[in-house]
Amino acid sequence: MTVSEPILRIENLSVALPEGLDRKHAVHDVSLEVHRKQIVCVVGESGSGKSVTAAAVMRLLPEKVLRITGGAIHLEGEDIAAASPARLCELRGNRIAMIFQEPLTALNPVMRVGEQIAEVLRIHRPQMDHRQIEARVVELMADVQLPDPDRLARAYPHQLSGGQRQRVMIAMALALEPALIIADEPTTALDVTTQAQILRLLRELLTKHDSGVLMITHDFGVVADIADHVVVMQQGEVVERGTPDKVLAAPEHPYTRALIEAVPRFRYRPEPERREAAVLAVEGLSLTYRSTSFLGAKRETRALDTVSFSLAPGETLGVVGESGSGKTSLAKTLLRFETPDSGRILFQGQDIAGLAGSALLQMRRHIQMVFQDPYKSLNPRRRIGQSLIEGPVQHGLSVGEAVKRAEDLMELVGLRRDALDRFPHEFSGGQRQRICIARALAMEPSVIVADEAVSALDVSVQAQVLRLFEELQRRIGFAMIFVTHDLRVASNICDRIAVMQRGRIVEIGPAQRVFEAPEEAYTRELLAAVPGFARKVAAVA
Amino acid sequence: MSANGQAPSLARRGILIDALLTNRVALFSGALLLAIALSAVFAGLITGGDPFLIRPRLRLRPPGSEFWFGTDALGRDVFALVLHGGRISLLVGLFAALAGAAIGTVIGLLTGYLRWLDPVVMRVMDGIMAIPGILFAVALVSLVGPSLFTIVAAITFAEIPRVTRLVRAVVLSVREESYVRAAEGLGIPARLVLLRHILPSCIAPLIVQTTYMFAAAILSEAVLGFLGVGFPPDIPSWGNVLAEGRAVFQRAPWTIIAPGLFLAVTVMAVNLLGDGLRDRLDPRLSRAAKVSS
Amino acid sequence: MAVPVMLVVATIVFLLLRLSPGDPALIIAGETAGPEALARIRAEMGLDRPLVMQYLAWLGEIVRGNLGTSVLSKIPVLTLIFDRLEPTLVLALSAILITVVVAVPLGAIAAWRHNSWIDRAVMMLSVVGFSVPAFVIGYILILLLSVKADIFPVQGYVSPFADPLAALRHLALPSITLALVFMALISRVTRSSLLEVLGEDFVRTARAKGNVERRVLWRHALPNAAVPIITVIGLGIALLISGVVVTESVFNLPGVGRLTIDAILARDYPVVQGLMLFFALIYVGVNLLIDIAYVIVDPRIRY
Repeated sequence: MTVSEPILRIENLSVALPEGLDRKHAVHDVSLEVHRKQIVCVVGESGSGKSVTAAAVMRLLPEKVLRITGGAIHLEGEDIAAASPARLCELRGNRIAMIFQEPLTALNPVMRVGEQIAEVLRIHRPQMDHRQIEARVVELMADVQLPDPDRLARAYPHQLSGGQRQRVMIAMALALEPALIIADEPTTALDVTTQAQILRLLRELLTKHDSGVLMITHDFGVVADIADHVVVMQQGEVVERGTPDKVLAAPEHPYTRALIEAVPRFRYRPEPERREAAVLAVEGLSLTYRSTSFLGAKRETRALDTVSFSLAPGETLGVVGESGSGKTSLAKTLLRFETPDSGRILFQGQDIAGLAGSALLQMRRHIQMVFQDPYKSLNPRRRIGQSLIEGPVQHGLSVGEAVKRAEDLMELVGLRRDALDRFPHEFSGGQRQRICIARALAMEPSVIVADEAVSALDVSVQAQVLRLFEELQRRIGFAMIFVTHDLRVASNICDRIAVMQRGRIVEIGPAQRVFEAPEEAYTRELLAAVPGFARKVAAVA
Repeated sequence: MSANGQAPSLARRGILIDALLTNRVALFSGALLLAIALSAVFAGLITGGDPFLIRPRLRLRPPGSEFWFGTDALGRDVFALVLHGGRISLLVGLFAALAGAAIGTVIGLLTGYLRWLDPVVMRVMDGIMAIPGILFAVALVSLVGPSLFTIVAAITFAEIPRVTRLVRAVVLSVREESYVRAAEGLGIPARLVLLRHILPSCIAPLIVQTTYMFAAAILSEAVLGFLGVGFPPDIPSWGNVLAEGRAVFQRAPWTIIAPGLFLAVTVMAVNLLGDGLRDRLDPRLSRAAKVSS
Repeated sequence: MAVPVMLVVATIVFLLLRLSPGDPALIIAGETAGPEALARIRAEMGLDRPLVMQYLAWLGEIVRGNLGTSVLSKIPVLTLIFDRLEPTLVLALSAILITVVVAVPLGAIAAWRHNSWIDRAVMMLSVVGFSVPAFVIGYILILLLSVKADIFPVQGYVSPFADPLAALRHLALPSITLALVFMALISRVTRSSLLEVLGEDFVRTARAKGNVERRVLWRHALPNAAVPIITVIGLGIALLISGVVVTESVFNLPGVGRLTIDAILARDYPVVQGLMLFFALIYVGVNLLIDIAYVIVDPRIRY
């Protein structure tokens, strides 16, 4: 093997899809190389074939469904596309290791994490004795900056935080210093601050180890932060490749340009001039989740802690924060899916915090919700039309009028008037989210609460839906509470921002002021963790 | 596992027929079951004459071309008894399965949706499950006296908790779905949310569970007969045909084995039909829900 | 948990026998008893008091461990039960042993070789186990192995403490008969819960580490499938108890199952009540043990 020989060389790889789908190949004629100490990012939207490529290199494809039909995968010169199952077991974990997207489900829930790291050593280094293995596990856990490795090694995965779990996965991958580490969306399931820490850790580790990294991601921010080389995939094919500077700054392929264009950037709405009386005012709202265990031990979680704010008609308030900050609890409480322990929710002057029964049902039409997952928020067994007229008919509109309104709304959100008799599965994710918006608007609400309403969508679709929200708001004039973890998205659509941490609003103010001159340390921490942020600021300066 | 992963909607018409056509075993089982049901309905035409006809000269004849299942201690044709018995046994199975499904669904829907009701109802259901179903049925039937109603009621009682638990589990998972939340958010009253958005999700697992209960109920009727508390001897059912055979089993094993295997084939057809429906309608429903009594 | 469940059981058992049509005193005394005999029995059993009072008094006795006395033999119910317990326990335990040793591996192999002929064979066996009534299986076994081949004795019971070898011969057929339906249940649950676990992310991780398939199955997948399996073993106790009653009748074993049927047919009220409570207590007890076992099997479960 010569010095210049790459660790991984994929040549003309093709993976067939089962018959009867809209395209023949999950991956078609893909070639790429990964060198020592190099991080290669494969980037693309869902369905681009990026994860199939990663799984093919591990030979972890469900091979009855997804068959490698052509090409070669050379790992340190050996073609693993043709390796025997026994040889694959020798290579996996040893010369090639993988880090998965969701660290909670990727770890065995009933095995201690130390044992899970040790297992790699036991499989591939049978000559190591018990004490050596134990020492090596502690060393590895310290390497990935896990606190108190001796104690943590004896913990189970559910007892760790998301970031700690991903560190365990990384320790497992590094255990035998493999030639190649494949990371499939390793930070997507994590909070932004944790994501930034994990990316920094990966970079640092490569200065110590000799491995190459093949990283799969959908996020150009991650690419900007970490990649040495970028490969852009669309519909199973490579459309562009190059250094991140070149690809990000001067993309050649129209698809790459469109993708980069769609990445949300910090961009602010003009400040609204007038301030009318609030349509919604929240005063000292607190919510505690209580659970009683089998043996009677009581657990209390403070989800909301004296939250106060007000919302003017036509205004959008962004609620941002990490998971567990209470932003979704706030949305649920405003919609009265939860009843607060204390505090008031004044809707047009009336306190709705304690409403029940038919008064609650009547109030609900005025505050509507758009949910995160467009695949789950429409009843799969009911036609779109049925979902759209259900609410208005319940509140007294005749079926004929409700259908008319539904047709108008379909058009308003950019869909065909005559699509009302179709089922949800006939629509794409972005289209479904438009339908959900139409369903909310059919109630002619004064306030819309959108809970991570664009988070499950691909970036290009995300941008379209955001534009739709903005346009509708201009035309109809509802006020909106926009809950999101993505500060860039929030800056696009929100007039004001409330930053939440541990159930409290730590900072609230006009979007531009909060993001450009944050007063709180926590807000600064969140901003610093936004992928690609440092580079963007540098570019602006 | 496939890239598009989206299961086709079950909302379309004819899910049962659709399910049957895609599974050969289920199709065959369904056809067999239909044949058995028809043979029970037209038992008189097929076997001709009175199944109770006592012919002392022909007692305990082994199976042969004249008497397919042999004759019993009174010289009656066991095959004719079995075909006639199918009427009552299948009816008991059908009624018990439908009654259990209906009652269990109502309780399950309510207890899954009304949080305050849940602990009370579930303890009662646990209590019912703790009593061995067959013993309860034997005791009830022997106290009240055998009749179609008591036997169906006794078998149904033990099935209710299983349906309740199944429906409740579906309700608990579906009620957290965003589309149910969305309906609540539109101001739809709870009663309508249950009927429109939650009940339809229960239908597929209920169809499967009802099939299994049908099988279990046929078995239960047979066991009741075998233990001596089934229908009175003048009503032919699989249970009391088997009961008659017990006394003469050593000399004439066909008196139990022939009707027993006929019964087994029927129950197996129902179970295979249930498996086929489950694979098609509800791959996640495990057999764990079906701990038959 | 266990206490309210047992209370429900007690209430059902009490109501079952009191609300049935017919005069309990008449049932106990027999159709031929004179009016003064009936009155005496009513007073003895407290049947002349209001139903609620009867219930509370009866409950009080049960809590003190007094299940009453047999109407027929005048022997305390508890004594009757304990005298007949051994054959039943021996039968049930051997059936459980056979089931766990055979059915769990069968189900695991079926899941591992999903859609292969082994899988289909195991599934078919399990459908047969569910569909053929235990007494038919019992009689077929007797016919083939006892009457025709004379390998095993036809019926009867020998205590393993008296003569272990003879006991083994006597127990073989009843244990297998009883185990079949239980095996059908457990192999199915093992298969389906393993299939579910095998689709999870951590199984992919285990493969990515270089584990061979055998180790992925036994070391990673099976421990994660254990909770549903032991849950169904617990729920299956009810199935087992029903099976015991039938099996003991077929093989003429002098256990509590036979005692139950005899008592029901003789309308021996207190014995029937006592036995139902006894069976329910076993069911609840086993399931309580299983709740405790969850904590050992799955560290995420805490009470």
